[in-house]
Amino acid sequence: MSKRCCWSQKIQDGLVYRIGHVQLVSNALRGVRLRGFPSMATDNRIHFWRKNAKVPGRFPKDTPKANNLKSKKASSFHEFARSTNDAWDIDDEEDEDFLAPIHPSSLPPTLHSTHQVPPLTPQQPINTTTGPGPADRLAPPTAEVRLQHEEATDCGQINGRVVVKSSSEALLNTNTVRSTLQKQQSLPVRPIIPLVARISDQNSSGAPIMTVRDKSRLDKFKYLLSCPNSDLDELRKHSWSGIPREVRPITWRLLSGYLPVNMERRDLVLKRKRDEYFGFIEQYYHSRTDETYKDTYRQIHIDIPRTNPLIPLFQQPAVQEVFERILFIWAIRHPASGYVQGINDLVTPFFVVFLSEFVEEDVENFDVASLPLDTQRNIEADSFWCMTKLLDGIQDNYTFAQPGIQNKVKALEELVSRIDEDIHNYFKRYEVEYLQFAFRWMNNLLMRELPLRCTIRLWDTYQAEQEGFSHFHLYVCAAFLIEWRKEILSMVDFQGLLMLLQNLPTIHWGNEEVGLLLAEAYRLKYMFADAPNHYKR
Amino acid sequence: MGSDEAYNFVFKVVLIGESGVGKSNLLSRFTKNEFNHDSRTTIGVEFSTRTIHLKGLIIKAQIWDTAGLERYRAITSAYYRGAVGALLVYDITKHLTYESVERWLKELYDHADPHIVVMVVGNKTDLGSERSVPTEEAKDFAEKNGLLFLETSALESTNVETAFQNVLGEIHRKVSSKEVTRGSISAVSLASHIPRAAGDPEEKKSCCRNL
Repeated sequence: MSKRCCWSQKIQDGLVYRIGHVQLVSNALRGVRLRGFPSMATDNRIHFWRKNAKVPGRFPKDTPKANNLKSKKASSFHEFARSTNDAWDIDDEEDEDFLAPIHPSSLPPTLHSTHQVPPLTPQQPINTTTGPGPADRLAPPTAEVRLQHEEATDCGQINGRVVVKSSSEALLNTNTVRSTLQKQQSLPVRPIIPLVARISDQNSSGAPIMTVRDKSRLDKFKYLLSCPNSDLDELRKHSWSGIPREVRPITWRLLSGYLPVNMERRDLVLKRKRDEYFGFIEQYYHSRTDETYKDTYRQIHIDIPRTNPLIPLFQQPAVQEVFERILFIWAIRHPASGYVQGINDLVTPFFVVFLSEFVEEDVENFDVASLPLDTQRNIEADSFWCMTKLLDGIQDNYTFAQPGIQNKVKALEELVSRIDEDIHNYFKRYEVEYLQFAFRWMNNLLMRELPLRCTIRLWDTYQAEQEGFSHFHLYVCAAFLIEWRKEILSMVDFQGLLMLLQNLPTIHWGNEEVGLLLAEAYRLKYMFADAPNHYKR
Repeated sequence: MGSDEAYNFVFKVVLIGESGVGKSNLLSRFTKNEFNHDSRTTIGVEFSTRTIHLKGLIIKAQIWDTAGLERYRAITSAYYRGAVGALLVYDITKHLTYESVERWLKELYDHADPHIVVMVVGNKTDLGSERSVPTEEAKDFAEKNGLLFLETSALESTNVETAFQNVLGEIHRKVSSKEVTRGSISAVSLASHIPRAAGDPEEKKSCCRNL
């Protein structure tokens, strides 16, 4: 396939993906609308791609559709995030509710707050109120926050057309919005934090029936995975838009290069690698009290309880010990960097995904010790190896003086100066240095800025991309920053800017927000990395 | 968080010390009156503010919380620039963290303003039964080196307010007795060689960068 062909397919996928998300965006808008932003929501929904809003980073070759989405995205998700306290109730509404039009007269009055970052929704639990009780985390299955996960599929434009059509149908049914509104009003106010703890993108207990689209994607993956020699390119291509939960464990193992594509070799290789890991444990783990290694071990030991403090899963001793072993062994085998804070976070997605293979309900509350010992060991070993492969590509992030991160932050600054002059100049004006907020974005691969379920979705794409964790991540960071341009430009001093940038309100984010982010990042990557003619020095 | 209220000064204060001594909770206790058993490791630098009233003035304390781990120091050293105060924190139950105080002091003086106000803080007094650093010993050390000293408990909120207030008060005392320059964003520097001329943008930028 020629490069151009690839691009247009990707952009098309991206657009279809976005088209497919009209419903989701509309859901978001509906949340906004129900809080009293009628005209904007109506306008946006009807004129989804016809709007000609000025967008940052304007380039002659920008496609209008991408621009429209961009400008609307900033306001819709901004409003959505800001106005939601119980936004997760929105998903009570099934597909038919989507057909509800906006009816201004039935809406509650606007509660218009100032440009503050809402104190309710900081991303980092550390700075908020105390965590929720267990009951809060076990949210009733009906009240899911997640707007449905829809991705681009091979159906391509057909999906797009279908959804567009229902967008116009939305104007017809007045009654539904009233009942929706009533539903909204009758529900009690709920705490926000549970979303942080909800790891899986699809709650399998009492989850809504899979859509036709989801089912066909899953079938596609199952087909690809059933071949005696997996076609990694095909697998990557489909993984880019998100991997169905059921097949994520095996797909991640394949994409990372850990599991061989040849089915016959797999058992042998797995056994060998797992034995090798436990060989390391036997050989080295006892030396954690030695003079040479005790500082490393001590640091790891005090960091593990602070790794995912709000998720019950990670408070289990069995799990904490797994993390300690993985990190200690990795650290002593990589003396160029050793253990660096942030690396502890990188174990988490692998561990959770590999564990999820054996868990029907919510993973975050699962008792790991109830699994057979062999299973636990396999999860541990596989997490170690996959994390090792990930870190191989970004080790200079963690070597002395962290040159990898310094370079990436500089690259981010460079990129942003080209795609969004306003933001860039605003930072200059208030003397905000990119290092002050983006350091953490690079060191922890945005894991501190996003809920865990979003990270997992993000890593589907990172593993599908070449050098996803180092190269594509840069574009994701840029897209992520620009996502908040409205909030950024509304801050009036250095303090406000830094507080915002270190506490971005993504607590409600799910697959579709990540999907949109990735589509935008892809667009940026194409403009700057894959199309040198567009890159002006 | 927009900052619409007027303020007279912005004082940049950094929290430094070994990993796990309680810097982040001292920060959250002072700026939000919160203590979090569930706090995560600090990555890079984190930032919070609080406005206090001191001698009729409105002072915005701009507090930087740094990671304690060795690896980050190459980057975090940049954050000392422009800092007028520092809380050097150790854990009274972990003698090792107290032994590092001298090393942290050296780093501080290598990178920060020589007139920086420093307070040595022995945190976690709520764990008195596990104490391994005698108060007098630490107090003597601080006095000998011309540093302020207090023992605190971020968990119980003991002396946290006092610690910050003392540091900010001392900064203010120094500021009003020396020639200082107001930066473009009102960050204050104690560098006495810079003349008070308020209209010299070049000079201001170099000493008052928020880095």
